[in-house]
Amino acid sequence: MNIIVCIKQVPDTTSVKLDPETRTLIREGVPSIINPFDMYAIEEGLRLKEKHGGAVTAITMGPPQADSALREAISLGVDEAVHLCDAAFKGSDTLATSYILAAGIRKLGAFDLILCGKQASDGDTAQVGPGIAMQLDLPQVVFVRKILELKDGRLTVERMMEEGYDVVELPLPALLTVTKEINEPRLPSLKGKMRAKKAALRTMSAAEIGADPARIGLEGSPTWVEKVFTPPHRGTGTVWKGEAEELVARLVAEIEKFKLG
Amino acid sequence: MAWLEVVEEKCVGCGACLTACPYEALAIKDTLAVVNDLCTLCGACVESCPYEALVLRKEGAAAAGGTLSDSRGVMVVAEQKRGVVQSVSFELLGVGRRLAEDTGAGLSAVLIGHDVVPQAKRLIAYGADRVFVFQSGALEQFNDEAYAKILARIIRAEKPEIVIAGATCIGRALIPRVAVELGTGLTADCTGLEIQEETRHLAQTRPAFGGNIMATILCTRHRPQMATVRHKVMRALVPDESRAGEVIEVPPAEGDLVTRARVLKSVEETAGTVNIAEADIIVSGGRGMRGSEHFSLIAELAKALGAAVGASRSAVDAGWVPYSYQVGQTGKTVQPKLYLACGISGAIQHLVGMQSSDIIIAINKDPDAPIFKVATYGIVGDLFEIIPRLTREIQRRRKVGS
Amino acid sequence: MNYFLTEEQQFIREIAAKIAREKILPVRAELDEAQEFPWEIVKILAESNLFGVYIGEAYGGTGGGVFDLCIAVEELSRVCGGISLCLAATALGTFPLLLFGSEEQKKKFLPDIAAGKRLVAFALTESGAGSDAGAIQTTARKDGDNYVLNGTKQWITNGGEAEIYTVVAMTDKSRGSRGASTFIVEKGTPGFEFGKKENKLGIRASATRELVFQDCRIPAGNLLGREGQGFIVAMKTFDASRPGVAAQAVGIAQGALDEAAAYARQREQFGKPIISFQGVQFMLADMATQIEAARALVYAVARAIDAGEKKVAKESAMAKVFASDTAMRVTVDAVQILGGYGYMKEYPVEKMMRDAKITQIYEGTNQIQRMVIASQMIKELAGKKE
Repeated sequence: MNIIVCIKQVPDTTSVKLDPETRTLIREGVPSIINPFDMYAIEEGLRLKEKHGGAVTAITMGPPQADSALREAISLGVDEAVHLCDAAFKGSDTLATSYILAAGIRKLGAFDLILCGKQASDGDTAQVGPGIAMQLDLPQVVFVRKILELKDGRLTVERMMEEGYDVVELPLPALLTVTKEINEPRLPSLKGKMRAKKAALRTMSAAEIGADPARIGLEGSPTWVEKVFTPPHRGTGTVWKGEAEELVARLVAEIEKFKLG
Repeated sequence: MAWLEVVEEKCVGCGACLTACPYEALAIKDTLAVVNDLCTLCGACVESCPYEALVLRKEGAAAAGGTLSDSRGVMVVAEQKRGVVQSVSFELLGVGRRLAEDTGAGLSAVLIGHDVVPQAKRLIAYGADRVFVFQSGALEQFNDEAYAKILARIIRAEKPEIVIAGATCIGRALIPRVAVELGTGLTADCTGLEIQEETRHLAQTRPAFGGNIMATILCTRHRPQMATVRHKVMRALVPDESRAGEVIEVPPAEGDLVTRARVLKSVEETAGTVNIAEADIIVSGGRGMRGSEHFSLIAELAKALGAAVGASRSAVDAGWVPYSYQVGQTGKTVQPKLYLACGISGAIQHLVGMQSSDIIIAINKDPDAPIFKVATYGIVGDLFEIIPRLTREIQRRRKVGS
Repeated sequence: MNYFLTEEQQFIREIAAKIAREKILPVRAELDEAQEFPWEIVKILAESNLFGVYIGEAYGGTGGGVFDLCIAVEELSRVCGGISLCLAATALGTFPLLLFGSEEQKKKFLPDIAAGKRLVAFALTESGAGSDAGAIQTTARKDGDNYVLNGTKQWITNGGEAEIYTVVAMTDKSRGSRGASTFIVEKGTPGFEFGKKENKLGIRASATRELVFQDCRIPAGNLLGREGQGFIVAMKTFDASRPGVAAQAVGIAQGALDEAAAYARQREQFGKPIISFQGVQFMLADMATQIEAARALVYAVARAIDAGEKKVAKESAMAKVFASDTAMRVTVDAVQILGGYGYMKEYPVEKMMRDAKITQIYEGTNQIQRMVIASQMIKELAGKKE
């Protein structure tokens, strides 16, 4: 079974802090990590490989320093790593990104399954996964929380919905995006880290994946950021301190007021 | 071709942009900002510059092609489950109506399902002028491929200027496929949609970097401009049953119904509990609850208030409550009339999911907790003392009242 | 401070720190309270290859040495000094095999140990033989191709949980301390049972148990080294293992300092954070200084051992004594800085204080360590005069 996992390197948003004075992002000391949701995709890929055999390839589009994300994927047990890296990719929105990743994947040859995290923690769009599926004309299931069965080239999975879940069946090749309910990602091993250090990454440029220059980068991106601003402050309200008794009385009064209104 | 331009006459080398850049792509050399290869053109630095010395340049960005002027109207992708239109659709019609009026065009809705014509009338009551209905037994349940093909086909035929859909499980699966098929732009999870007066472009504002910053996004050269909006972010209009509108039933093309994936069954799991996205009152617990056993305090208070139970990400990650309770960036966006945050410190990821609640009451023992920055009423105290008393008092009043 | 670790050693630290933070932190209080052995963590440490950091590549390890082990143990102990013992005590039990095992014995046992599939325990102490190891009563009688073991071992770390035991027993009582030998005994061997599990002050997530041998028959091939070498095996094992105990102590101390410093920054009294008070500052400064000195000594000794230095008994004992005394002092001070909160189980420092105490006691009490140091000094002084 040939599995491709799409990953993205992101700033660790859980450690992003705001400068209280300027309300801008404090960048110093914010490490780059593999998008946390992609960790579940990597783990699921490794588990499928352990059960059904085959190989797992991690692919990413990103600047040169994104190779550390690929090395981390190798340290977890991924077999091959592919880096789509070209200055011309800069400024790609989700449409251009899904086009580039699809072109890169096509270049890798035959595959059975593409796994993506449900969304990236920096952009939070959840658009690139289904976008790749469409670019490659694949059936898809997004927000998969469980793979129930893989038999005779068909997958049965559980898809999270707002009020519960759907059981969906689809033939391979296909694309799934996975949620954090699907597994508990493993940690890197020492041998994996040593292997990752030495591993040769395959790097491909826009020309090498045969990307149409008009469909990549800002040029190929219909959407673009016009401005960025810090979110407006919600006015600070009243703060009460004191004895529990008194606080409860004031709270009840507020809640009652609300219930009448 | 695009690039980040440093306007040399304006730049003083103050370094404000260095802090704003998430990619270490800027440096100061000889009192001038210099951009290196790491720049992804994200634009985070542009706003940070006190001297307006940074400009994101893009050739041909404003060029309007023929198709731009052909496109007219606003189209809402309605969502139904088990034959019932979901309330997110009404919220989309609320914002869609305003955008339609601002552009001087009509508002249409697309409804895909099985036996859903009666539901189409409700979409009209909530603001749609025309409703395109696609019906078939094969469309009873959501299917990524079939729905995407049908939607792309009607958009091509109708040429709306703007298409908006819910950032729901279905919407997130469906809309990116349609956007790729149409080769147009799509902006996820918009919290603000406005028509720019001069250009008539749709300014789509959304949170980025975990809600730490907001970005306004434009799609200037392609139509339609597509956006998704999360449930409870926009407000529905008061339905007007007497509103006139047209229901247009369109038979789906045979080929559009041929799909590879199929839903074997659909299971509801949260039956019986109050859905937090719909609740008027939410009582939420966070790390300060210290353990799953203490969540009963939250549940009892919620019961007394007739409220739903919510939780912060740390409470969910600790395994105290299931994911369906999670409020915030990676959970649900809620907009209740009253939100009670108990032992929630107020990480930005949580705040973006609940800060548009009408009234926010926060109970936390740490007076510096960020939650107090958004709280209408902040209570500094021990929740283990306060909540049980509060619950008893509410229960007592309930009894007296009834 | 930069100790110029190799890339591999940095990886070990990163991995151990990640496991400690993400996997051990959430369960440490619960396992401590319940006295539960951390099998889930054993699995994670195994998958991460940490059980093999001091074992050669030929046997499935990653080819590091005592220093590599120390880094892993220190980093794990920073979060839980009890859980880290599943690794540290396994290493203690494995050193006799590494130092004295035949090629055949190594090939048979080391790969599973390096893979974390089988844990190991070292069994020397008995009820009547603690510091006075020469007083052990357990016997091993040669019978054809077998040895037959009889006796009871006490307070054996990893007891009951480990699959492999390196046991010191008397083969010839008449020869006193020269009559002891070391054997490998596998769990499940008939005549080998486990006695009571101890209820302890600290390191409660580790298992401490009695081993009972009743006509336990093992193959003669399980003898480690030669007959009569038992005490040499034990002494050489301790020389190699003491830096590990010392690293555990450094880790516990560092964890307590981390907690105390973070608390002191956040806790306000008299309208300002208590870290702004000089009394607290001096305590923190002393804690940090002692920890760094202990760490530097432990690292230096571990490196010397790995570089092939044979005469390390004195320095190894010094590292153990200094680091464990430091851990005790620092954890007591950490509880003091946290005040009433520090005394409560909701905060982790009281546990760190309980865990620290054992490092002054086991693998040779600190009094025995000082005897080792002094006797080496005397030998050296005597040597100089001659």
